[in-house]
Amino acid sequence: MLSKRIIPCLDVRDGKTTKGIKFKDNVDIGDPVAMARFYYEEGADELVFYDITASSEHRPIMIDVVRRVAEEIFIPFSVGGGIRSVDDMREVLLAGAEKVSVNSAAVKNPGLINEGAKAFGNQCIVLGMDVKKVEKSAKISSGYEIVIQGGRTYMGIDALWWAKEAENLGAGEICLNSIDADGTQEGYELNLTRMISEAVGIPVIASGGAGHPEHLYQVLKIGKADAALIASMTHYGTYKMREIKEYLNKRDIQIRMTW
Amino acid sequence: MIAIIDYKAGNLTSVARAVNYLGFSCKITNDRKDIMASDHIIFPGVGAAGKAMTNLADLGLDRMLNEAYRAAKPILGICLGTQIIFEHSEEDDADCLGLLPGSVKRFPDLLYENGMRLKIPHMGWNNVRWVREHPVFASLPDNLQYYFVHSFYPEPNDEGLGVGKTTYGIEFSSAVAKENLVAVQFHPEKSGQPGLKILSNFCLWRP
Repeated sequence: MLSKRIIPCLDVRDGKTTKGIKFKDNVDIGDPVAMARFYYEEGADELVFYDITASSEHRPIMIDVVRRVAEEIFIPFSVGGGIRSVDDMREVLLAGAEKVSVNSAAVKNPGLINEGAKAFGNQCIVLGMDVKKVEKSAKISSGYEIVIQGGRTYMGIDALWWAKEAENLGAGEICLNSIDADGTQEGYELNLTRMISEAVGIPVIASGGAGHPEHLYQVLKIGKADAALIASMTHYGTYKMREIKEYLNKRDIQIRMTW
Repeated sequence: MIAIIDYKAGNLTSVARAVNYLGFSCKITNDRKDIMASDHIIFPGVGAAGKAMTNLADLGLDRMLNEAYRAAKPILGICLGTQIIFEHSEEDDADCLGLLPGSVKRFPDLLYENGMRLKIPHMGWNNVRWVREHPVFASLPDNLQYYFVHSFYPEPNDEGLGVGKTTYGIEFSSAVAKENLVAVQFHPEKSGQPGLKILSNFCLWRP
């Protein structure tokens, strides 16, 4: 039986991980390669790197990070942030990432999903969606709207429609981030996750709000997500990967327990 | 030297990285001299069967793989590489290499497990249950998990070819073997320690 995946997310700026991470003494907390290695050994099922470097001149630094990570870890990982063209995708995939994630660039140019899927296969293309809850309206009938720029700009696009559209365009997976839940550590947006997960035939990774293993249980069970993204709850050493996995396993969620 | 067959079907660097990490030398190649001089052949691939077969034929690799198989060179198929080792694939209705008897089928559209509708592609970590012993899968306990990404699965005509089985709505052969040929539907290069163990067993295998 297929396992639900637990996926740590690492933000990288100018080649360094940005969140202060309380690891063992021998791990350089600013080094994404060392952190990737740490999570690989801890039993992460996949990793997500998000390049938050502001300037595109620094792009080669991220590509170098991807290459070095690929030499050290032998589980899938995806890279997002600043991917605007098929050439950007190719560069990241050739450096060793399994998947690329597109977000605002795909909102502005949906054809990017299709072009990427044709060039590299659907399984390589992850659509990242940032979503905010809004009043239901004729235009936003699901009550969830697509936003970009960290939630500052509303795009007038219904999240449910966009998820289905992205699937039709060839996205192989959706990483669904609730801007409302993000950073709260009070749990994922279950209604949103369930709505999207039931509406599409591709896997959905839930993102935003994880603070306790119970939150993962809820989003995998009630939210019907295929995978759960985590950040702070393991980055700051509050929980170990194994603890989270054991918690879920005991509650009858199918989890990879040996690695 | 281990030859990793390059037929323009996806990114082959991750297989090469894993093999290098294990301390073996390898070359991504479609050159006849390299392939015939290699000790082992890895035949990976991501993408669609039809295009893959066209590329193989254009490069003359279809005949070369046949020849290498007959010359008793150890060959490891991975993912799409595994599928096109069989006679035929439902994907693009493609006639394939036919090194193994059987065909490749698409997962049914309506696939259920424990009352839940399953998504396609089958993507993520799933169990492999070993049904017979084989040196390439030695010392791997039952029910470890491996990373899969696929919408089609191999169905050998000869039950005896199956080495490992996986269930995703239906049970299918996720590892098959015949003589000097082994083939897996999952990605050993992306399956952590158990996957690396398979690659290392293969690189040391003298059938």
